[in-house]
Amino acid sequence: MLALAWQRTNNTPPRIAIIGSGPAGFYTAHRTLTRLPTSHIDMYEALPVPFGLVRFGVAPDHPEVKNCQDTFTKVASHPNFTFLGNVSVGNPSDHDHGVGVSLGSVMRNYHAVVFAYGASRDRKLGVRGEGLKGVYSAREFVGWYNGLPACAGLEPELGRGEEAVVVGQGNVALDVARILLSDVDVLAKLDVPEHALARLAESKVRRVHVVGRRGPLQAAFSTKEARELMRLEGLAFHPLDKGLFPEDLKTLPRASRRLSEILLKGSPTPVSTTPGGKSWSLDFLLSPSAFLSSPDSPDHLSSTTFTRNTLTSPFSPTSSVEPLNPPETITIPSSIAFRSIGYKAAPLQDFQTVGIPFDEGRGVVKHDPAGRVQHTPQDGGKVFQGLYCTGWVKTGPTGVIASTMGDAFATGDAIVEDAERLSNEGRIKGGWEGVLAEENVARERVVSWEDWNRIDGAEKERGRELGKEREKMVQTEEMLEVLR
Amino acid sequence: MSAFRLCAQRLPGLRSFPKQPASAITQKLAVSPSPPSRAQLLNAARLSPRPQLRAFSASARVSHGHVDPPKPGEELYVTFVDKEGEEHKIAVNAGDNLLDVAQAHDLEMEGACGGSCACSTCHVIVTDQKYYDQMPEPDDDENDMLDLAFGLTETSRLGCQVKMTKELDGMVVKLPSMTRNLQASDFK
Repeated sequence: MLALAWQRTNNTPPRIAIIGSGPAGFYTAHRTLTRLPTSHIDMYEALPVPFGLVRFGVAPDHPEVKNCQDTFTKVASHPNFTFLGNVSVGNPSDHDHGVGVSLGSVMRNYHAVVFAYGASRDRKLGVRGEGLKGVYSAREFVGWYNGLPACAGLEPELGRGEEAVVVGQGNVALDVARILLSDVDVLAKLDVPEHALARLAESKVRRVHVVGRRGPLQAAFSTKEARELMRLEGLAFHPLDKGLFPEDLKTLPRASRRLSEILLKGSPTPVSTTPGGKSWSLDFLLSPSAFLSSPDSPDHLSSTTFTRNTLTSPFSPTSSVEPLNPPETITIPSSIAFRSIGYKAAPLQDFQTVGIPFDEGRGVVKHDPAGRVQHTPQDGGKVFQGLYCTGWVKTGPTGVIASTMGDAFATGDAIVEDAERLSNEGRIKGGWEGVLAEENVARERVVSWEDWNRIDGAEKERGRELGKEREKMVQTEEMLEVLR
Repeated sequence: MSAFRLCAQRLPGLRSFPKQPASAITQKLAVSPSPPSRAQLLNAARLSPRPQLRAFSASARVSHGHVDPPKPGEELYVTFVDKEGEEHKIAVNAGDNLLDVAQAHDLEMEGACGGSCACSTCHVIVTDQKYYDQMPEPDDDENDMLDLAFGLTETSRLGCQVKMTKELDGMVVKLPSMTRNLQASDFK
């Protein structure tokens, strides 16, 4: 009905640019096109391939989570939807074969612009030795085993020793642990690229410490991820100290209670002393203080030092921690370490000149509850009314697909509510053609949805030859080569 | 359908977009914008190196939920209460799951993972404990996902895991709002 009411007052369908093609961008497009089918959506994606973290973040052994791509593909088939792959907005292209357009140009040519570009950086610990060889960000490692072009050359040093440390206790940390400890023959059937498989096959890692500064009732990982590790064949879990949990688990809320039960039950495989046995542990109440090397190899990580913490309110999910007094430290031998304390969004380069408010501390675009962004032009210029954000650049890097979807729907609803006002205020907008008229763009490099289908087909074909669902192309040049 | 056919012929690369309910299609026909501009046509042509004509179909036939209408006399009934409070009473077959039923009837239930019990977007709340008790207990995997659902209740289930049976005939389930409740942190 809204579409009808809107039609009566205005004949200009709103043109909407969505920057980013991950789940937040697609669910925002889905909601908007479902409620306002006359709107036109152009989705800009810096890479030649769509789906963001569904392709580059969701673990390869969670193929069922990637089924949301079916919905996204249907959204892309809407006649008013256009995919503009290989086009960066507001940033120069981060690879040699892409094109870039300015955010100012996009804002001039659309009624609404939606930031959905996610969180492409990570938080640093800020402790000594973080730059040693062998210390990686989990985000890069995840990108590497998922075929993200920017991380294809990571070459993590998995062959130097048996013990690995993952700092952080979210779902990404458990993903990293699971990939490190999984049987490579199992991973080989999934869509892990061959270069990563070859390196994982040579990994010596058999003991993974997943370390958090708080306790089990404050940990961010979900029950499913913990259960999966407990179910991995032949993998032992080091039993936890019962003192970390309340005596009566029934006093806990449902989710905490169920998670506690799983952690206390542990793994069916006992920790063995036989060589070759793989195991993992959750090491609680430890804050990293330094990454250390050994004298014989001063550039490489050899151990990680932590200070011990105590919880101010052990069984409260929001408890804070303080260092033990007197202080205690513990050192864990580690030939490799992953920092997994959260992704972080960065502002687009054009934000400052264009006047987009960005909260550096939280790593989000500033917004109202529905996802509307207040344009604040520096030079007192005209305020652009149609700015929105969605996904991790709105909420911060947290939550599963369901939460991203709910949040993207809220942004979509805001756009639909504003549609009439946006169209009335602006004239007819040129959309992508208007941007092309203003910007010097190598059009032949722009990747359409049809082009993506060809890349998709080529990846699946290569996968068939290797006995897996797909073999991802990990170089943007390789993707574009398919289209020549 | 003539307006659609016109569009379909003019916009190469058009494919079906089956998520829309029949009512939305009617709306869309009524408000269908003027024929695409020259710029749009150029744009569409440029973006489609190999233009293909495909039949446009927007009927429920190609929709998600692969459910057949029940044979007369064998109907079981389930009522969905959407987030606006509107009731949708639907005749179904034994064995149909609630996600497929909801999607086949264009109710707002996402099923992001395609019904593989890997998300919580098909969360439903059984309004009467009596019916909830008639269902086989949720397994660990379903409970793990329910732990992540917004507005979890004692009688929450995942729609993809609930299969209709004779015992569930007449059941009423509520569809919780999919949009997250706004939190204080959003106001910063």
